[in-house]
Amino acid sequence: MKKFIAAYRNRFSKTTRQNTLTFGMVIFAYLFVEAVLRTGNMSSLLQGLLVPLCIYAILAVSLNLTVGILGELSLGHAGFMCVGAFTGSFFSVCTAGTMPNLLRFIIALLIGTLSAAFFGFIIGIPVLRLQGDYLAIVTLAFGEIIKNLVNVLYIGRDESGFHFSLKDTMSLNMNGGEVIVNGPQGISGTPKDSNFTIGIILLIITLIIVLNLIHSRTGRAVMAIRDNRIAAESVGINITKYKLLAFSISAGLAGLAGVIYAHNLATLTALPKNFGYNMSIIILVFVVLGGIGNIRGSVIAAVVLTLLPELLRGLNDYRMLIYSIVLIVMMLINWSPKLVMYKEVLLNKIPFIAKRRKEEE
Amino acid sequence: MALLEIKDLGISFGGLKAVDDFNVEIEKGELYGLIGPNGAGKTTVFNLLTGVYKPDSGTIKLDGRDITGLKTAYVSKCGIARTFQNIRLFKKLSVLDNVKVGLHNRFEYSTATGILRLPKYYRTESEMDDEAFELLKVFGLDGYASHLAQNLPYGKQRKLEIARALATKPILLLLDEPAAGMNPNETVELMETIRFVREQFDMTILLIEHDMRLVSGICEKLTVMNFGQVLTFGNTDEVLNDPQVITAYLGE
Amino acid sequence: MSFISYLINGISLGSVYAIIALGYTMVYGIAKMLNFAHGDVIMVGAFTIFTAMGQANLPPAVAVLISIVVCTVLGVVIERIAYRPLRGTAPLAVLITAIGVSYFLQNVALLRFGANSKSFTSVVGVKPLSLANGELIITGETLVTIISGVVIVIVLTLFVRKTKPGQAMLAVSEDKDAAKLMGVNVNGTIALTFAIGSALAAIAGALLCSAYPSLSPYTGSMPGIKGFVAAVFGGIGSIPGAMIGGILLGVIEILSKAYISSQLADAIVFAVLIIVLLVKPTGILGRNINEKV
Repeated sequence: MKKFIAAYRNRFSKTTRQNTLTFGMVIFAYLFVEAVLRTGNMSSLLQGLLVPLCIYAILAVSLNLTVGILGELSLGHAGFMCVGAFTGSFFSVCTAGTMPNLLRFIIALLIGTLSAAFFGFIIGIPVLRLQGDYLAIVTLAFGEIIKNLVNVLYIGRDESGFHFSLKDTMSLNMNGGEVIVNGPQGISGTPKDSNFTIGIILLIITLIIVLNLIHSRTGRAVMAIRDNRIAAESVGINITKYKLLAFSISAGLAGLAGVIYAHNLATLTALPKNFGYNMSIIILVFVVLGGIGNIRGSVIAAVVLTLLPELLRGLNDYRMLIYSIVLIVMMLINWSPKLVMYKEVLLNKIPFIAKRRKEEE
Repeated sequence: MALLEIKDLGISFGGLKAVDDFNVEIEKGELYGLIGPNGAGKTTVFNLLTGVYKPDSGTIKLDGRDITGLKTAYVSKCGIARTFQNIRLFKKLSVLDNVKVGLHNRFEYSTATGILRLPKYYRTESEMDDEAFELLKVFGLDGYASHLAQNLPYGKQRKLEIARALATKPILLLLDEPAAGMNPNETVELMETIRFVREQFDMTILLIEHDMRLVSGICEKLTVMNFGQVLTFGNTDEVLNDPQVITAYLGE
Repeated sequence: MSFISYLINGISLGSVYAIIALGYTMVYGIAKMLNFAHGDVIMVGAFTIFTAMGQANLPPAVAVLISIVVCTVLGVVIERIAYRPLRGTAPLAVLITAIGVSYFLQNVALLRFGANSKSFTSVVGVKPLSLANGELIITGETLVTIISGVVIVIVLTLFVRKTKPGQAMLAVSEDKDAAKLMGVNVNGTIALTFAIGSALAAIAGALLCSAYPSLSPYTGSMPGIKGFVAAVFGGIGSIPGAMIGGILLGVIEILSKAYISSQLADAIVFAVLIIVLLVKPTGILGRNINEKV
């Protein structure tokens, strides 16, 4: 008995080891980049990519929570990012100059995250009753609705307070004052609070939340629902509660990424490019390449797929084409029963891998 | 008072009466069999009992408490656990985690406690590990704790399903064709396990089974279903020798 | 009078959605998968016509015919390479692969034709119909689109009911394994379904771009998704359902554009989808399917 518990503790420490590896990798990458930055050897193109890398990694990790852990395909992830970006940015613009920058940014992060989580919750109530393809298409629909609504949203402020409209600036009926959210022109003048260090810190926080969640009572319940809904219900798990919980956390973390995104740009607009369904697909590509359910893989894939096309000159035109091929090939290799079999046979022929596998047995 | 009391239970699917006027009383500690030809409505009775379907008529009382039409998750909290005809494990979770999911409502800490790794998290998880290992040991599965459930051999998967059901600490255990797909040796082993579970956990068990050796070997009482209705019920020997029952199984 | 002309425009757009929805609904009913790339096959079809007419100077009828052939072959190839190996595995895996295919087609088109919209020459040579002393004008494209929609639904219904391959499709959609045991060539039937669906996509592409004459690699994406919405609306798997769903959706979209807000029209269309799925997930003419415990 004791022996088996000890054996399990050993395995338990294996997850701890895995997690340490993940965090170590992120911290090492950070220190490496900082060192290169000090030497002044980093191109401005690459420097411009540092914050987006963190954003993509956070998005991929958060989407993996929905796709890999909850087992449902969400195609509206960019919509939650959009909610986070606009609420966070709105707060920062409104309160500019009234409090210290760091405090303001922290509050903006919280507001963006919570708003997106709240949206996830509200949308999740109807959506999570559906399954599979229907759920995917409805999340896509919600993502597009959010983007469309933001594009017709006008908010202004004058002495008498805030004014809202879904039509144009004229109908705000403002008495002087300033227009903060200007329909398709979005929000301008968001303070540039994001930087690489903050991005990395937030990525680590995201990883802590997601990894700890997975290896907890809640995470087990969510994965049980993923593997067999009916059996999970039969042992007394409240399906709706745990699905909503996982979906809201996933949405909230996408919102967090949105706030970082908004505070990395001077002007924030909701375009198909940044908050449309294309963005949701790009994040999905990261998740698939990194391995569905593999959190560390999501981070690596986000970094590799963002850097590669930028580094290999001329490849940038082919970036999306490469993504699509990656998506198809990865799915075929990992899911087609025939190809999986060939892959196993091939891998077992490589001595190093075969040996490691035997040890794991 | 009987532990489980089902009165006049009925449900129809599109005009077809799948279960009609079904009655049964099971005393605490009994090992009760529910048998009948394919399509007689046995699994439907299980699904009605566990809230997968809502009955059109009738009442279900567990330990004096009316649980008719409650949702599945609540039925579990009231003390009914079950296994499934076609095994339903959490395939991508480890054997240990499968049982720990069964412990879900007995060991609680909040999601925030889990994310923030507060002391309560470590304390509760270690209690859960101990309890889960105890259960796995009963079924000889402790050596497989870290394996994925999907990699277990068939017979062990059946056992794991029972272990998971017991983890919820039920007062009534429903087994849906536990011997399905097992060879004679495995079936004998399973009979021993079921007897053991009853004694070790002081459990009341209701099981559906086609394997007559298992039924006559361990069940004390039987109810025979045919076409959604109770054909007959009583002590096992009497029921199995009833000409009606033989006709229902073998035809005229 | 403007209401009637909006209504007619709506029915016309709806007929295009209906033809797209037919492709979705047949594939979904038979292969049990959401062919996300369907909308992009429409785009490929339209670019084929664009190239055939613009560069090879072929007459419209020939161009449409070529486009139908190209799309049919494309549909069958996609099924063979990307979908068939994954048949029977997790629906999530199939859906993600389909998204990959959709993206692949878009990006190949992007590299070949660029991101800028091309102006598409209508393939319809029918003169506009002038009614009520010229107060109501129905374009040739509208007429042809509506008539095509009706004809296609009738032909498809007859095909499924009266022909042997059609019966095989019904059998496969009902129970793939049982159909196989009864001697139905399941792979062949599914390939045929993709072929028909893709041929319909080519027709939809020709009609869509004739009515709204601009063409880009993203042309098929939105109409594709809306075609799926229409299929769900009408009840997935149902041929008349696809027609009803398509036309209703087209009318809702055009009327929203006219009377509510042109920017929010898409949001309204999607809201319709969400409401339908929540109130009656099986759609107008769909059937109920529950998981067996």
